[in-house]
Amino acid sequence: MAIINDEVDAVVVGLGWSGSIMSIELARAGLKVRALERGSDQTSKDFAYPMPADQYGYDVRNKIFAKPKDAAMTVRHTVDDTALPTRKWGSFGPGSNVGGAGLHWTAVLIRPTPTDLKLKTYADETYAPRQLQEDMQLQDFPVTWEEMEPHFDYFEKVCGQSGKAGNVKGEILPGGDPFEGPRSNPMPLPALEDTLNCSMFKEAATKLGYHPFPNPSANASQAWTNPYGQQIAPCNYCGFCSKYPCLNYSKASPQTTILDALKRHPNFSYRTNAEVVRVDLHDDKKTARGVTYYNENGEEVFQPAKIVLLCSFQFQNVRLMLLSGIGTPYDPMTGEGVVGRNYAFLSNGNATLFYKDKNFNPFATAGATGQMFNDISPRPGFEDGVKYGFIGGAKIHSSQATGNPIGTSLPKGTPNWGAGWKKGMKDWYGHSMKVSITTTCMSYRGNYMDLDPTYRDKYGNPLARITFDWKENELKLQQYLRDIVLNITKELQPDSFTESFLKMDSHYDLRPYVSTHNVGGAVMGDDPKTSAINKYLQSWDVHNVFAVGGNAFPQNFQANPTDMIGALSLFSAEKIVGEYIKNPGALVQA
Amino acid sequence: MTEQSDSLVKRRGFLLGTAAIGALAVAAAIKIGKPFEAVAASDILRQAAPELHSYQPSFFTEDEFRTLSAMVDRFIPAGDEGPGALETNVPIFLDLQVGGDYGHEIYLEGPFVKDPSPLMGYQLPYLPSDIYRKGLAIFSAEAKKIYGKDFADLADAQKDEFLTACEKGKIDFAAHGEEYLTSSGFFGHVLGDTKNGYLADPMYGGNKGMGAWAMIGYPGARASFREWVKQHNVPYPLGPVSVMGERA
Ligand SMILES: Cc1cc2nc3c(=O)[nH]c(=O)nc-3n(C[C@H](O)[C@H](O)[C@H](O)COP(=O)(O)OP(=O)(O)OC[C@H]3O[C@@H](n4cnc5c(N)ncnc54)[C@H](O)[C@@H]3O)c2cc1C
Repeated sequence: MAIINDEVDAVVVGLGWSGSIMSIELARAGLKVRALERGSDQTSKDFAYPMPADQYGYDVRNKIFAKPKDAAMTVRHTVDDTALPTRKWGSFGPGSNVGGAGLHWTAVLIRPTPTDLKLKTYADETYAPRQLQEDMQLQDFPVTWEEMEPHFDYFEKVCGQSGKAGNVKGEILPGGDPFEGPRSNPMPLPALEDTLNCSMFKEAATKLGYHPFPNPSANASQAWTNPYGQQIAPCNYCGFCSKYPCLNYSKASPQTTILDALKRHPNFSYRTNAEVVRVDLHDDKKTARGVTYYNENGEEVFQPAKIVLLCSFQFQNVRLMLLSGIGTPYDPMTGEGVVGRNYAFLSNGNATLFYKDKNFNPFATAGATGQMFNDISPRPGFEDGVKYGFIGGAKIHSSQATGNPIGTSLPKGTPNWGAGWKKGMKDWYGHSMKVSITTTCMSYRGNYMDLDPTYRDKYGNPLARITFDWKENELKLQQYLRDIVLNITKELQPDSFTESFLKMDSHYDLRPYVSTHNVGGAVMGDDPKTSAINKYLQSWDVHNVFAVGGNAFPQNFQANPTDMIGALSLFSAEKIVGEYIKNPGALVQA
Repeated sequence: MTEQSDSLVKRRGFLLGTAAIGALAVAAAIKIGKPFEAVAASDILRQAAPELHSYQPSFFTEDEFRTLSAMVDRFIPAGDEGPGALETNVPIFLDLQVGGDYGHEIYLEGPFVKDPSPLMGYQLPYLPSDIYRKGLAIFSAEAKKIYGKDFADLADAQKDEFLTACEKGKIDFAAHGEEYLTSSGFFGHVLGDTKNGYLADPMYGGNKGMGAWAMIGYPGARASFREWVKQHNVPYPLGPVSVMGERA
């Protein structure tokens, strides 16, 4: 017999970025809110100096990531392959514990563009019929720039975003991104300091006619008090950021920007070591009764709730919908069904430039440190996509998310072991920089998620299965971007360089880390035939379930995802508070 | 209990079995005035990094430890540029890691496939401790078969020749009934862990005296560069510090 908790107005599944935002916004409106987090509690005290200054523990052993043992999924390239589990993390690494991946992210905080939000419309207007791949499944986000802008603005204030605006109310400002959508306000704080690689890249890119600007950052460049009253300290460029918790209270995370304020609301509570295994529906399958989780003693607990907010990161949100029978599972053969549809990822690539006589001091850096440009993006005026037959683009950047020595890149020809390797480390640590790409990724009929028929988690439930491979469009894009990166490299005149890009015959490689920007699978849209949730992230089928996170993206844009995830969370919370709780039911009529 | 909230000295994987460091632990216990059982590896390492030659491995057998030490010596040899893997206690790092909770995060539910595409990442049915135990046994037996001597007793050129054959997958692990682990897989694991131990914070047992960090010019756990970040293209003047507060 399951333990039954007291009923709440809203149960929040997962206490990472989206869960923290939903919790505080609903708690502020007076709802009785309870968050259930599968991992343990962790506060900034646990990350006091010098603990996080440990590359082996955090970067190599992934101390604060979810453990694959508890959170694996399976992956295959096509429907004809047998999927295998992610026994260790490779190309992505989900978070666990309070704060989620929001604790160990890199904190590049950047918006998508107005074109990104209406990519299907852009493609239809820009490309000849059938010019793009036939199996591509582009869709517009069902929200407008004007609807999202106030929420980007607010979330960026929550985070203490640091950087240079390029477009304030239509006025193009020097030093910022001229291709960004109009902002209502400049960024809250000035940009982070440039490191040597940044200034070199900026100069070369400018000379070549591009429009570089400092990576917009959620590592605060100066002291900041956010709208929830939380105080963030100026970043001290400690060099332990991407994959590490912040030791300086400077990187925006649920801990530094929301949780203390949230915990002051008596109508908010949270449980840790509480892994939700399903959403329980009423017999008519039209509404949820609450959720079932396992507590730290392995006991089954039922949490009754009037509203269920899935905030458990893209993978788990989609998996919980599939496990709970919310929405019709996607079938890649017929193209019917929506849950699992349009899973997308992203690709990266880079050139590493070596300079005997330059000291980059890569250990002195913030996570978001870098300069980037967005000239290569789906936007009015970018013509090479049509010319070369691809849609998409990339942030082209020189970033320095961390500069610790394990994994140091060495010049071509350096032995992998022996005296030569040691000499290579001595000669070249701190003497290289990167020029990198972080690309868009379109959605395709054959890239999707469902439940694995073979592999199970510790509760006996099927793992999520991802079917994903690179398609011709993305591979063409990589070849195009490679030329640009090599051109910038030439301009930068290194002593030597190495390169790493996808080739036209490359397949998705699970081993090297790319980014944890997994999106789609329960996408937002206007049409219940091609989307699992509406513009307010509300399930079309079960109206008191909302799926909040990157799962909502119909395809992946080149900006990092979290600004959009934060803004979507706020947009949805506003609608729930303003309308749904007064009049529960479908917020959009299909 | 979260790993994060464990105190430094109580960290899992850091507590050594009573047999682990033997005399050294007793000496450290006396020095820091704690009962012997409560002495953690980190305490010992803080007192004085152990001498490799008197270290009693807790996970590896004497024979395994000897072979492994000879391997890592070739991976990162001593020499003028800076300390090698033996001088920096990399074998102790490996003993503590492989005998600790390293790898216990791996998803190890079957079924397992033989010969998976390398693109699919780690697909072995093994913890790191299995990889070392099985791999070292076959590695040692094959070296002996080919050269008529223990690997550790070979000349450097022979050691390198044999390691290169392993690296290229030319040593037949399957002939020993090993269905999953290949010689190149074993080689890759030991090499990767060796580099990690060489470059990790000394609290994990390797990088003794922060010798590797000093060699490459990495300041370790200093982790505060607000002023320095603006100094472009100037060599950083200060030596490394460790998480435990040592300086070099
Ligand atoms: C190394 C790294 C670097 C990154 N850098 C950037 C960057 O620079 N810029 C950017 O925009 N994004 C970045 N990201 C991505 C960013 O972290 C995510 O977009 C963001 O955290 C997503 O928020 P979320 O709320 O969806 O998920 P999370 O913040 O991960 O929160 C999800 C929470 O749900 C919990 N959970 C999962 N399943 C269950 C369950 N069944 N029951 C209960 N709880 C559950 C998890 O434990 C977790 O705490 C990075 C990610 C990583 C890993």
